Amino acid sequence: MAARIDFWATLTDPLLRQNPVTLQILGICSALAVTTSLATALTMSVSLTLVLTLSAILISLIRRHIPDTIRLIVQIVIVASLVIVIDQVLQAYFAEISRALSIYVGLITTNCLVLGRTEAYARHHAPVPAAVDAFGNGLGYSLILLTLGGVRELFGRGQLFGWQAFPLADAGGWFTPLGLMLLAPSAFFLLGGLVWAIRSWRVEQTEALEHVPPARPMTVE
Amino acid sequence: MTDLWSLFLSAAFVDNMPLTLFLGLCTFLALSKRPESALGLGIAMTGVLGVTVPLNWLIYRGLLAPGAWTWAGMPELDLSYLSLIAFIGVIAATVQLLEMLLDRFFPAVHASFGVFLPLLTVQCAILAGSLFMVDRSYGFGESVVFGLGSGLGFAVAVVMLGAIRGRLAYADLPAGLRGLGIAFILTGLMSLGFASFAQMAMSQ
Repeated sequence: MAARIDFWATLTDPLLRQNPVTLQILGICSALAVTTSLATALTMSVSLTLVLTLSAILISLIRRHIPDTIRLIVQIVIVASLVIVIDQVLQAYFAEISRALSIYVGLITTNCLVLGRTEAYARHHAPVPAAVDAFGNGLGYSLILLTLGGVRELFGRGQLFGWQAFPLADAGGWFTPLGLMLLAPSAFFLLGGLVWAIRSWRVEQTEALEHVPPARPMTVE
Repeated sequence: MTDLWSLFLSAAFVDNMPLTLFLGLCTFLALSKRPESALGLGIAMTGVLGVTVPLNWLIYRGLLAPGAWTWAGMPELDLSYLSLIAFIGVIAATVQLLEMLLDRFFPAVHASFGVFLPLLTVQCAILAGSLFMVDRSYGFGESVVFGLGSGLGFAVAVVMLGAIRGRLAYADLPAGLRGLGIAFILTGLMSLGFASFAQMAMSQ
């Protein structure tokens, strides 16, 4: 591969322009499930970025030796082994967070983001660009996760990382926690709103109309 | 019997995979643009979940669980950390086998929703079904019911979303909200609706 790859663009593209969560619909399951607090969102982001980068490097290293027909199985086995390691480390050193994340760490295995990136990028590129791309996508994913986690924890409990940012009404303050923020529907609404906001700013991301509406008849005033 | 029935209902509605547990959302959103493709996905999900959860139960109990090797004189052997790889392998094999069987014996069915089958290997809802089965230590009968119930719940949710999105294709939405944005908000509204099932389960 003679063409020089623009590392900076590879790294920063997935942050907003090609964000894996809001544009490519990858890795949404975990993005919504673990964002009730910043601490779990951060753990999940770090774990996913780690698994993503390491698996991209590994797969890119052996990319010339993987037969095309069984590549999915090979990729899944590599990802699953990495996830098992991460899961064991979390259980050993961060028992509490590991319990809060329950099965969602294991589900990194089937996170479409990991397989999507290894399938689309790492399989055809050298280890270094593959690692940069994977790391960039991990950052893009983390950005969304931390935004959602921050908003949900701040308005759902009035806290940030467990620190009381807004004094609660029960304790003599002014803030009444918004219970809905911690429930499932709010995660969907927030992510929907976030997609809307990003696409209003970056107009080129809007989806094309499937049906062109008929032109409105001119109203006579 | 009533226990199994209530487990079935709770797997299908109270703990609905996409709407309350956020599982399988990638395919849930990607294939729900039309009710027909949504129905195909729903049927495939129910079939695969109904087969893989009991199958993984057998593998977990027979090979991986702590103490499973007592009969071979190794009572302290604990292979449960291998469960992720084993489950994924079983799921990939089942999906492949199901696709081949359908292609051979029911070509019409295969043509209508066979394209979704390979996707299901990396569907988090299916892996989660097996992980929950271990987490909540279900028995064999319970695992069959749980697999079928959660598959059915997924099918109901995805067909409903597909029907709504099919209608909304004609609506005049703000440009930024078109497609993915409105799909999230719809899912949120449906999830609010399904939250009432949780209230019913609690008040019983």
